[in-house]
Amino acid sequence: MNEPPATRLPAGLRLPFDPLLALAAVGLMAASLVTLNASTSTDVPGDPHYYVTRQCVFFVVGTLLAIVLSRIDYSRLRELKYGIYALMIGGLLLVAVFGGVTRGSRRAIQLPFFEVQASELGKVLLVVALAGFVVDRSRRLGERDTTARLVLLAMLPAIFVMTSDLGSGLVYIAILLAVLFVAGVSWRHFAGLLTLGAVSVTLVLVAAPALGVTVLEKYQVERLTSFLEPSAVAGDAGYQQNQSRIAIGSGQKTGRGDRATQSPLNFLPEDRTDFAFAVVGERWGFAGAGLVLSLYALLVWRGLRILTVAKNLYGALIAGGIVAMLLFQVFINVGMNVGIMPITGIPLPLLSYGGSSVLSTLLAIGLLQSIYAQGRSAAATKRRSLPF
Amino acid sequence: MMMEPSGERRPPITPQLALRVALFGGVALALFAIVFFRLWYLQVLSGDKYLAQASSNRVRELRIQAPRGKIVDRTGKVIVRNRQAVVVELDPAKLPDAEREAAAEWGKKAGERAARPKGKRGDPVPYPPIATKALATRYRRLGAVVGKSAKQIHREVVRSLVLVPYSAIRIKTDVRESVLAYISERPARFPGVKVEKTYLRAYPHDQLAAQIVGTVNEISPEQLKDPRYRGVKQGTVIGSDGLERTYDRYLRGVDGVQRVQVDAFGRPVPNRALKREEPIAGQRLRLSLDLALQATGQRAVANVGGGRPGAFVALDPRDGQVLGMGSYPSFDPAVLTKPFTQERYEQLLGNGGVGPLFNRAISGRYPTGSTFKAVTALAGLEKGLITPGAVISDEGCIQVGEIERCNAKKQRYGAVDLSRALQVSSDIYFYKLGMNAYYNNGDRGDVVIQRYARKLGFGKPTGIDLPGEDSGVVPDKKWREERNRAEVECRKRKKISQSVNVFAAGAAGCGIADGRDYNLGDTVNIAIGQGDLQATPLQLAVAYAAIQNKGRVVVPHLGLEIERANGELVQRIERDPARRIKIDEEDRQSVAEGLRRAAGEPGGTSTDVFAGWPHGELPVFGKTGTAQTPKGDQSWYVAYVPAPKRPIVVAVTVERGGFGAETAAPIACRMLADFYDVESAGCARGESATQ
Repeated sequence: MNEPPATRLPAGLRLPFDPLLALAAVGLMAASLVTLNASTSTDVPGDPHYYVTRQCVFFVVGTLLAIVLSRIDYSRLRELKYGIYALMIGGLLLVAVFGGVTRGSRRAIQLPFFEVQASELGKVLLVVALAGFVVDRSRRLGERDTTARLVLLAMLPAIFVMTSDLGSGLVYIAILLAVLFVAGVSWRHFAGLLTLGAVSVTLVLVAAPALGVTVLEKYQVERLTSFLEPSAVAGDAGYQQNQSRIAIGSGQKTGRGDRATQSPLNFLPEDRTDFAFAVVGERWGFAGAGLVLSLYALLVWRGLRILTVAKNLYGALIAGGIVAMLLFQVFINVGMNVGIMPITGIPLPLLSYGGSSVLSTLLAIGLLQSIYAQGRSAAATKRRSLPF
Repeated sequence: MMMEPSGERRPPITPQLALRVALFGGVALALFAIVFFRLWYLQVLSGDKYLAQASSNRVRELRIQAPRGKIVDRTGKVIVRNRQAVVVELDPAKLPDAEREAAAEWGKKAGERAARPKGKRGDPVPYPPIATKALATRYRRLGAVVGKSAKQIHREVVRSLVLVPYSAIRIKTDVRESVLAYISERPARFPGVKVEKTYLRAYPHDQLAAQIVGTVNEISPEQLKDPRYRGVKQGTVIGSDGLERTYDRYLRGVDGVQRVQVDAFGRPVPNRALKREEPIAGQRLRLSLDLALQATGQRAVANVGGGRPGAFVALDPRDGQVLGMGSYPSFDPAVLTKPFTQERYEQLLGNGGVGPLFNRAISGRYPTGSTFKAVTALAGLEKGLITPGAVISDEGCIQVGEIERCNAKKQRYGAVDLSRALQVSSDIYFYKLGMNAYYNNGDRGDVVIQRYARKLGFGKPTGIDLPGEDSGVVPDKKWREERNRAEVECRKRKKISQSVNVFAAGAAGCGIADGRDYNLGDTVNIAIGQGDLQATPLQLAVAYAAIQNKGRVVVPHLGLEIERANGELVQRIERDPARRIKIDEEDRQSVAEGLRRAAGEPGGTSTDVFAGWPHGELPVFGKTGTAQTPKGDQSWYVAYVPAPKRPIVVAVTVERGGFGAETAAPIACRMLADFYDVESAGCARGESATQ
């Protein structure tokens, strides 16, 4: 990988952030507003812009937070890792005790303006905390003990989240794996983890029901398996999957525009959150959906690029965790929209309506920008200190 | 991985990390590739399919019923028309599951009960209680509007759910318009209730031609599979009987379609781009029927017949146009357009299927009595067994084999030739002819009379454009052998001894035949229209038409033309051409002379009935018939009037009506008098003692 040209610019012209990453984020936010405008104009009687306005506010708040974060040296967060970890666990516990119930799962704390989904913000907090723990043991990374501790630290919130929201829990696991991977944990440990994972999945799906213990609710199993054959599942999950595929497929190459019917006539469920991508697919066709996907690809590419320019291991680990978090969510959500992944209720970062998801994604992008900026300035300092 | 040195705190990226980042990137690339490919597949390769699914998702097609065509008589008088009626229906999908389950349970029990033999079924299965309190309230509310109790509605719902689980449940047909408005304005008070306008058949002349016009109904699942109704959509009203059935494809019309865009909850959402297809009304069917003659015939059968079952047919002998056709008892077909009770239906069907719905004119098979003598005579003349002038001696009785047979009331007519024999209906003349025919054919035992009868159309359907025609019976040696075989089979099946007599076997469920061979008695019986010979009134009318028109055996038909609603001709109805048989003109005239004398000369069997008839202008050629049946004498009269411009042939029969001259002949006389506007004819009951 070569240096981006920006670094070759004179110091005065050097941007304090990665412009391509910013472009991807802004592009996705714009796409989100356009999509929401189309899909929610009749949802709230008398206020066609209700959701667009609120999403706009989330974006503005989130972007401001991201800018602040990008100007701070992320490395300082390492010292706060215990506090951050405690904040994450505390938030999850609060939700479990006081949270409201959304679609069968307890996920959010109701605040006056919006409801806080602790599991969304927890994703970013986990990345930051976990990366800190890894750096602490960076000299003993080959040891099994290190891997086991990290797994325990991440699995605790992951399993906790999974009890009410399977999909988000899986995101936690994806973050764990990515952080371990970037940290350089040995392949043997990964093999061991995979075996362990396979055994526990078998236990949950096969052994526990056979013993009469309910680990997964019936609707959760249905959701996870319906994508295999959507029309065969009469229930809600198969219906949603079918309607989403019909919406996307009917968009064809350039979309149906205002002649769209799946979303406006409510055949497409959850069209502002889980199935927002299907709205894009129906209205703007392959062109629109392809553009959105390309923006995500840009996001992921820049994330990986920032990983490599991080000034320290801590930055690289955070970048790796964030990229994994974004990539996993995009793939699962879009995959569910196009019918190749189970329905898990994972939002599409930035595109889906929802304050918690938007804020956590923008915080993650802010962190990436901070890593980028720190990496740049470290390199620049080095260069300046050298005699020509 | 080319990295610039990045300070003391950060060593250059290690090869191990570089590898892992590359792997990370590779996974990301693969995942994006999968999603892109899938998107391409869905949107570009299968887009058309999903677009079609999206549109079937949202577009609901509502049928707009097309009015069926009218049926009019030959002069354009309306026999069947439509009227708009309001029906109240319940949507089965809006009923609670508990009610549907209770109905299914009831249906199962009722089905089991019906499967048991009659008499051992026990008490009827009690209806389940109304499933929920809320439903009872709904039923009560609806019942108050349509004038039914909640219980009645509940029973109808249960029955309908069992019979046609997914069809709308018709609660009441033909309610007042005010009910339509009342219910439509309060959808919240009447959940699941649909009030719709529909067309019902209307019959301005009540019982007139009731058995002919037939009935209509919504197409059943079985009928949908019938090739006859190919292309007919579910919910369409089709003709299921009578002319409605025969000419269904003209009368039916094409239902229109109203396309409505709905959202996921089934609520309509306006969309101008959806086109409405207007219904195309059915075409008008013009019949050959003469409504005035029809009315006279039905009135006469009812009055003169004194309430006994009977039937009449009037044809134009030139081409078989049916001018009148009726069966008594009759009914008002309008009762079949609305839901009716099982008892009412059984009453219409009658015991053994011979109630008012039964069209005796084409489906009733009766022994013909002496009306058949004209056929016997023509057969004998053709074979040279008799000549017109040959005279025999009628002493009142004659020995046939071991049995002595006599004229009615042992009347002696002395010397009779053919026309005299027909005039007075001498049985002796025809017994002798029958014996002659039998002995001339040895123990082939049949042929002459039967073959001639078949040529004239007996023993098979005439081919009239109505369903349900009977073919009658022309018995011969082969027929008798078949019946005997069937009897043997039946007794074997039911384990009845082959040696018991026919009555005992009949009591035990067989008794089809008595096992004897065809013999002289059979031929002699046939010669006078008795024994096992059976024919429908229509068959006799066709046979007499052939005598009148010199050998054309016409195919009778009611349908004349298909027209537009305004009467403009669309097409004439094609029909099978008449079959020609050869009748020697001299033979024909001698038979005709006998028929003329029977109706118009002193001593003729029906002369007193036609007292005052202008025989000079409008000669009547008619033959009485009195067939002995176990129930009593079957009264017959068949006649034709060869008026050059408006010829007609009439066949009338009345069950247990006594001698032909007593009931059947006066009915025919009244019809002829009406048809030719003859006021001088008395058409009184005949005094004649002859058959």
